Amino acid sequence: MTSTFDLIWVVVGLPLAGFLFHAFVGKRVGKKVVGAVGTAVVLGAFALSAYLLLELLKLPAEEQQIISKLWRWIEAGAFKVAFEALIDPLSLLMALIVTGVGGLIHLYSTGYMADDEDYPRFFTYMNLFIVFMLTLVLSNNLLMMFVGWEGVGLCSYLLIGFWYKDKVNTDSANKAFIVNRIGDWGFTLAVILAFWTFGTLNFAGQENMFQRAMEMHQQKMLSAGIITAIALLLFVGATGKSAQFPLYIWLPDAMAGPTPVSALIHAATMVTAGVVMVTRCHVFFELAPAAMLVVAVIGVFTAIFAATIALAQTDIKRVLAYSTVSQLGYMFLGCGVGAFASGMFHVTTHAFFKALLFLGSGSVILALHHEQDMRRMGGLAKYLPITYWTMLAGWLAISGIPPLAGFFSKDEILAATFGTHALPVSMGQILWAVGLLTALLTAFYMTRLMGLTFWGEPRWAAAHAHHGKDDVHGHHGEPKESPPSMTVPLMILAVLSVVGGFIGGFAPLHIPNRFEAFLEPSAGLKVLGKQALGHLPVSVEWMLVWASVAAAVLGIWFGWVRYRRGLPENERELTGVRKVLYNQYYYDWLMVKGVGLWLGGRIANWMWQFVDVRLVDGLVNGIAGFTGWVGSSLRRVQTGYVRNYAFTILIGAIVLLVWLLIRGASAGLAR
Amino acid sequence: MEAIPISWFLVLSAFMFAMGVTGVVIRRNPIVIFMCIELMLNAANLAFLAFARQQVQLGAQAAGQVYTILVMAVAAAEVAIGLGIIVAIYRLRDTINVDEMNLLKF
Repeated sequence: MTSTFDLIWVVVGLPLAGFLFHAFVGKRVGKKVVGAVGTAVVLGAFALSAYLLLELLKLPAEEQQIISKLWRWIEAGAFKVAFEALIDPLSLLMALIVTGVGGLIHLYSTGYMADDEDYPRFFTYMNLFIVFMLTLVLSNNLLMMFVGWEGVGLCSYLLIGFWYKDKVNTDSANKAFIVNRIGDWGFTLAVILAFWTFGTLNFAGQENMFQRAMEMHQQKMLSAGIITAIALLLFVGATGKSAQFPLYIWLPDAMAGPTPVSALIHAATMVTAGVVMVTRCHVFFELAPAAMLVVAVIGVFTAIFAATIALAQTDIKRVLAYSTVSQLGYMFLGCGVGAFASGMFHVTTHAFFKALLFLGSGSVILALHHEQDMRRMGGLAKYLPITYWTMLAGWLAISGIPPLAGFFSKDEILAATFGTHALPVSMGQILWAVGLLTALLTAFYMTRLMGLTFWGEPRWAAAHAHHGKDDVHGHHGEPKESPPSMTVPLMILAVLSVVGGFIGGFAPLHIPNRFEAFLEPSAGLKVLGKQALGHLPVSVEWMLVWASVAAAVLGIWFGWVRYRRGLPENERELTGVRKVLYNQYYYDWLMVKGVGLWLGGRIANWMWQFVDVRLVDGLVNGIAGFTGWVGSSLRRVQTGYVRNYAFTILIGAIVLLVWLLIRGASAGLAR
Repeated sequence: MEAIPISWFLVLSAFMFAMGVTGVVIRRNPIVIFMCIELMLNAANLAFLAFARQQVQLGAQAAGQVYTILVMAVAAAEVAIGLGIIVAIYRLRDTINVDEMNLLKF
């Protein structure tokens, strides 16, 4: 049966075709063609997804889960997995973000990477990433999602290490890949456990995990331990991919990749995969209150932990990286309190403004000939007007200034946290207070970023006199604004960052939440019910809004006072608390040098010395030694005397004869 | 004419065979050992012929006798090779005592 929605495979197929094109003929056709094809396939996929979304919205809400089967994939006894797509509001929303923001970033890359000799390889990886990301968000079962999950991990690895000639970059790529293995371990166990418990891995359709889980729950057949284990193991996977504490350490280093990669993979799309997965499996979390609490607490802790670290970073991209970690924490906070739709709302708005901020920082970095240290920036507003004004929008959006996009999504999460009934009520309020403090810190460090980069006196002139000589761009002197291929995406994203919040609602003014209603078929609470989100009186809603706005304004004001003239004297060197924050409270050092190298080294050494050398080798050598000992004992039999052998044969013959006789005799007796 | 009972032949055959075995095990001269082996083979031949005589069918009688001829041919070939080896060893080592031929050992 074919339907309009089978076109979803064209959405995946377009970037796949682009990937194959770049991989096989990309080197021959020239940069212009590669850039045009790479961008066109992604934007084409975007147009098609938008069309499918319009078609989907024509259907009644309860029918908005359409399955398009491509082929049977694995069938072994009861284990049946099909290669099929689930088309519902959640998957199409993500497809739109991936192809929309992704398309803009591809366009931006045609400018940013213009001077790179490996241009076709870059677009090969980028299009492949889009393919895998679409597989991840569109899949109808956990296993196919896992294929996409690993695929985006691979592309992330390839693109972090894109400039592989520098060992730092390949080390960062390895770190990202290895840390993600820990998360994937949890994901894999969750998949196995889910199949073992529910007998299927499907998200929707005739037989699906969630329906099964709810039935088992009603019949009191579902053990709380198992469902909590499944939810927590899925969350372990999410902490890896979405860079949550304790596995966030790979994301800041992932900034070694080209800036469009940081924007696309490590801010807008791939790192939100964990949130998407948790939202997709929200029924499991609803059935496991303990797991919900863990998600919320880890989320809010990561949010404030990363926000404090961002305060002292000097590399412009690392500030944004920690900001991403922090904002991802917000999204998980939303999921943890049961507001899955709000979490996804923040995923959406964050994709706009964080992609914008990253691309803006890329524009700055390119203008300064790959300078990333904010201490050597400053005063750039005059030279990079478009970058400045667009980043201004991103800055206000992430800080939570109404009516920009970030304000609505962040406020929704904080309000949901305050009023949640999914957790003990006082717990929600504590989490809310931490979240509010994080909002203040966010506004502060983003203002610092803007101040150090764009305001005050230029600090790059001195640094450039001796730096720009052999620069590949060939021109030094004043930084120049980037070409239109880079500024146009910036402007589009800036507009989206400003108005993107209006797709949601605003409770204090009784504007219904269209975004939540739109996601209802995918993310609506099925077990806990709507009342779990609580219902706050309008006065409390206003109070929460004013608190959010106050936090944002206060953060910006502190930042303005301190950084409006550029770099303060006492920040030229890293000292005291700032040094501790810069070094991530030495957590990265502890994990990499301590747990990874020291403890891991100890364990590896023990595995080698004891398990391998003694147990495995001992067993193998032991068997060989025993065989040798038996042989050397028995060789004495070989005397070399012919008469000995003849005698042995004689004895053998006699024994045989006697045995035959006895047998014959007893057989005769028996007869 | 009273036929000689088969047990007589078999007793003689067993006696010859036992003598052959004993000789192989206790004698050191390879030529004597060969002769003892011939004794064992001929004991077997005797048993063949004795049993063949018992058969009523002509074909079955012939089978036993043909086997005997076959064994004799094999024995002749064996002796030819064996004596050749013994001569070769004697030329090499000036002795044919089997107890001194113990190089092929552990």
